[in-house]
Amino acid sequence: MGSIVTEPRGDNAWRIAFLAGLLISGLAAVLLFPESVHFDLKAGAGQLLIAGLLVGFGTQLGGGCTSGHGVCGIGRLSARSMVATLCFMASAMLTVLVIAHLS
Amino acid sequence: MNRVAAAFLCGLVFGAGLLVSQMSNPAKVVRFLDVTGSWDPSLAFVMAGAVAVFGVAYFSTKRRRAPLLALQFAMPSLRNIDAPLVTGSLIFGVGWGLSGFCPGPALVSSAFGDWRVWLFVGAMILGMLPYRLRPRPKSIPGGA
Repeated sequence: MGSIVTEPRGDNAWRIAFLAGLLISGLAAVLLFPESVHFDLKAGAGQLLIAGLLVGFGTQLGGGCTSGHGVCGIGRLSARSMVATLCFMASAMLTVLVIAHLS
Repeated sequence: MNRVAAAFLCGLVFGAGLLVSQMSNPAKVVRFLDVTGSWDPSLAFVMAGAVAVFGVAYFSTKRRRAPLLALQFAMPSLRNIDAPLVTGSLIFGVGWGLSGFCPGPALVSSAFGDWRVWLFVGAMILGMLPYRLRPRPKSIPGGA
C-alpha cells in the first residue's frame, strides 16, 4: 500500500487490483448480506486519528502488519516475524488494558 | 489469467476471510486483545488457521522454480531482528489496540460507509509517508 502512495510509477497495477478486491469484498458483503456483517466501532474520531497514524508509521518501520508478519511471516517460520508479532500483540493488549482502566 | 486479475481475486478472497472471521469488526478485535477483561480468544483460531494454510502453500512452492504468473518468486530477504522491527511493531500494536483496526480489515470495513473508518484509513496513509519518504543515503558519485 505504501508503494502505491510513494512510488506512483512502480509496478503497482497488481497492488491496486488487490486493494480493489479487498474494498469490493466489503462492499459486496454489506450489499448482499447486510444481516451477517458485524461491525461495531467504539473508538471516537480523535482516538482513530491517532491510531491510524500509529498503524501507518509502525507497519512501515516494522516492515509488516498482522497479515505480513503475523500470517505470512510466521507461516514461513521467520524468527523476525515471530518477534514482530509478539511485539505488536503485547503492545496492543497493553493498550486495551490501559484504555479499560482509564474509562 | 493475468497477474492483475489474480491479485484482484486474492483481494476478494482475503477480504471474504476477514469478513467471515469478523476480523473486520473492530469491537471483536478489541475483545480478542482484552486478555485481562472479557477475553474472546476466537480470533486466535483465525490466525492459526491462516498460518497453517499459508504454511502449506509456502512450503509447497519450494518444489517449483517459478510461480505461475511471474518470472520468479519474491520472498522477503531481511533476516535480522533489529530496533526498527521491534519499535515499529510496538507502535503498530498501540494503534491496533486503540482502534481495533489493522490495515487489511480497515480497508475492508471502509466499504461499510462509516466515515470514522475513512478517517482512520486517511491517517494510516498519512502515517506511512514519513518513513517511506525518509532521506536515504545516496550512492557516492565516482565511488565504487
